[in-house]
Amino acid sequence: MTEGNNSISRTTKLEEKDYKWGFTTEVDTEVVPKGLDEQVIRFISKKKSEPDWLLEWRLKSFKHWENQGLKSGEPSWSMINYPTIDYQDIHYYAAPNSANNPKSLEDVDPEMLEAFEKLGIPLEERAQLAGVAVDAVFDSVSVATTYEKQLKELGIIFCSFSEAVKNHPDIVKKYLGSVVPYSDNFFANLNSAVFSDGSFIYVPPGVRCPIELMTYFRINTADTGQFERTLIVADEGSYVSYLEGCTAPIRKSSQLHAAVVELIALGDAEIKYSTLQNWYPGNKEGEGGVYNFVTKRGKCAGKKSKISWTQVETGSAITWKYPSVILQGDDSIGEFYSVALTNNHQQADTGTKMIHIGRNTKSTIVAKGISAGKGNNTYRGQVKVLPSAENASNFTQCDSLLIGDKCGAHTVPYIEVKNPSAKLEHEASTSKVSDDQLFYLMQRGLNEEEAHHMIITGWSKEVFKELPFEFAVEAGQLLKVSLEGAVG
Amino acid sequence: MQLGKLLTIENLVASVTETGEKIIKDVSLSIGYGETHVIMGPNGGGKSTLVNVLAGRSSYTLDSGRIDFESNNLISMTIDERARAGVFMAFQYPSEIPGVRPWQFLKAATDSHRKSEGLPEYSVRDFSKIYDSNLKEIGIDSELMKRSLNDGFSGGEKKRNEIFQMMMLKPKLALLDETDSGLDVDALKAVGNAVNKLRDDRRSFLIVTHYQRLLDHVKPDFVHILIDGKIVESGNHKLVKKIESSGYESFS
Repeated sequence: MTEGNNSISRTTKLEEKDYKWGFTTEVDTEVVPKGLDEQVIRFISKKKSEPDWLLEWRLKSFKHWENQGLKSGEPSWSMINYPTIDYQDIHYYAAPNSANNPKSLEDVDPEMLEAFEKLGIPLEERAQLAGVAVDAVFDSVSVATTYEKQLKELGIIFCSFSEAVKNHPDIVKKYLGSVVPYSDNFFANLNSAVFSDGSFIYVPPGVRCPIELMTYFRINTADTGQFERTLIVADEGSYVSYLEGCTAPIRKSSQLHAAVVELIALGDAEIKYSTLQNWYPGNKEGEGGVYNFVTKRGKCAGKKSKISWTQVETGSAITWKYPSVILQGDDSIGEFYSVALTNNHQQADTGTKMIHIGRNTKSTIVAKGISAGKGNNTYRGQVKVLPSAENASNFTQCDSLLIGDKCGAHTVPYIEVKNPSAKLEHEASTSKVSDDQLFYLMQRGLNEEEAHHMIITGWSKEVFKELPFEFAVEAGQLLKVSLEGAVG
Repeated sequence: MQLGKLLTIENLVASVTETGEKIIKDVSLSIGYGETHVIMGPNGGGKSTLVNVLAGRSSYTLDSGRIDFESNNLISMTIDERARAGVFMAFQYPSEIPGVRPWQFLKAATDSHRKSEGLPEYSVRDFSKIYDSNLKEIGIDSELMKRSLNDGFSGGEKKRNEIFQMMMLKPKLALLDETDSGLDVDALKAVGNAVNKLRDDRRSFLIVTHYQRLLDHVKPDFVHILIDGKIVESGNHKLVKKIESSGYESFS
């Protein structure tokens, strides 16, 4: 009897509609021709009226990339596959024309403001209501900042990287490349040569930043590589929480994104860095989508300092990202909380590195990977305890959740201990959303997608609870949107 | 469909999806509005299978037969459609859902029911009021509900939580799958009281049990004995006494 097939399978069709942030804006854009050579770097530097030392640094980076990076090629140890990237087929600079020197919101291109509206960015009044200061990066040039005054009174500097170069060159010069050297890896090296813009934060000694600082990144010009550069310095005894949320419009060909983020926490300082990454993942066949090769690293430079990374990665065709902490100061703490979701043909190879150098240093890693469709999810993490790190401890928890039977989850932990007093714990689990759990929730009236979503959000809770509240809600929504069509 | 019936099962045959083993061999049963039916029988007779099939569990396959729920063909409905139409099952072994708070879960469940009835969602305030008062009535410590759903709940606490959910969702048909197993005297009484309080001329119950003890609190209208996938005898509550005194052997 045909109608008697009493099973929970109920197909759900997925259309392109799903990437609801897929739109582009018509803004005059100044684009440098495709390709990369010394001239392009000089052009970028000149466009930004940079001082000589920075141009020299860029050129030094470029030379290293050209001579060594290109020869040895991109890192090949990660579990990701993508077509060869032609680095001469990329625009290395794009700036919205009318946004070159906005004095206030009125000077900002209305279309751009509209784009922010669509993204739901709380710029204008909404920003104030939400208590959020926004340094909005539209392609490469920072177009508007709010809350600047209030922060200024506290001595907190929150501006675009380019402005920081102009107005606070000493701090930039002191810390740029101090955590991620220009020669660090292929992509960081490229970024050091061509970086466009990004955020800069300095929190003076003893100041606790009263609001969450927030930046939205958005890749908007076709085939424009984005090379953000972010630098956050928390001086002695200070605290700052920084949020980064990302969306990008649908594009046919893949887009390269190679950012570098450096964090420095001095003695007793704390930096909390949260990311929601929702770039275009490509279509169901795996075409298009952002290639996200990011180097994020923090240095707990001073005693009792703390750096905490929280990330929810749902977007991009490829995610290659290992936010790390160098635990240099005694009693310093490093944390990494991550939920990475791959659906359809998405690939993520992500994790962290905790490098214990100081005494009594402590690190915590909670990494959760969700694989659906044909997605491939790899956790790659390194815990390294150097001989100097007396009484270091690490706790690592890696959980994988599989949805369907065509996806993959992999866990690749590297542990290197050179001090016998170290205490390391590693827990790992792989699970599937069980039919019993689904049946239970659906028996109470939730439909299949809602039931999946509730189970997955619950499973991710340990990470979500590390996010600021509004972000946690948004993160739940992102998982939901990203998983549409993955169940059924 | 007979007038005045909430549920009508005709010649139901069902098997285990994975193995194909037939569990329900031929069951016909109809439940009128406001009636409380009890199914008793030895282990493996198909009691739990029957209620799970009614709820739509995919580990069982319906081979033939017909199930009408009000004017709907229940078989063609998904699990959640059945739930929203008013079929509730109190689980024998409720799942643990890590990271999901009971409150959050029940709010979502309640909202889904209200939405399908064309009603607005409860405000957090209104919902909490109903939630708290039902919680108190069934005797669940509110501290327990700060944990993840069923996570670290004792057997008895899980059962109380099932009945609590029934009180919240107010189903048309409540299927109680061995809710009384593993309950102490107090919990049994609380469950019995909750069921009795919900009984009215519209709401029906199908209670699966091994024991008479719940039936001391909840007096059924009909009792059926299910052995080897077939209902071998039906009667009123006096049938329970007969089972207690002479076991199932006299029926087979």
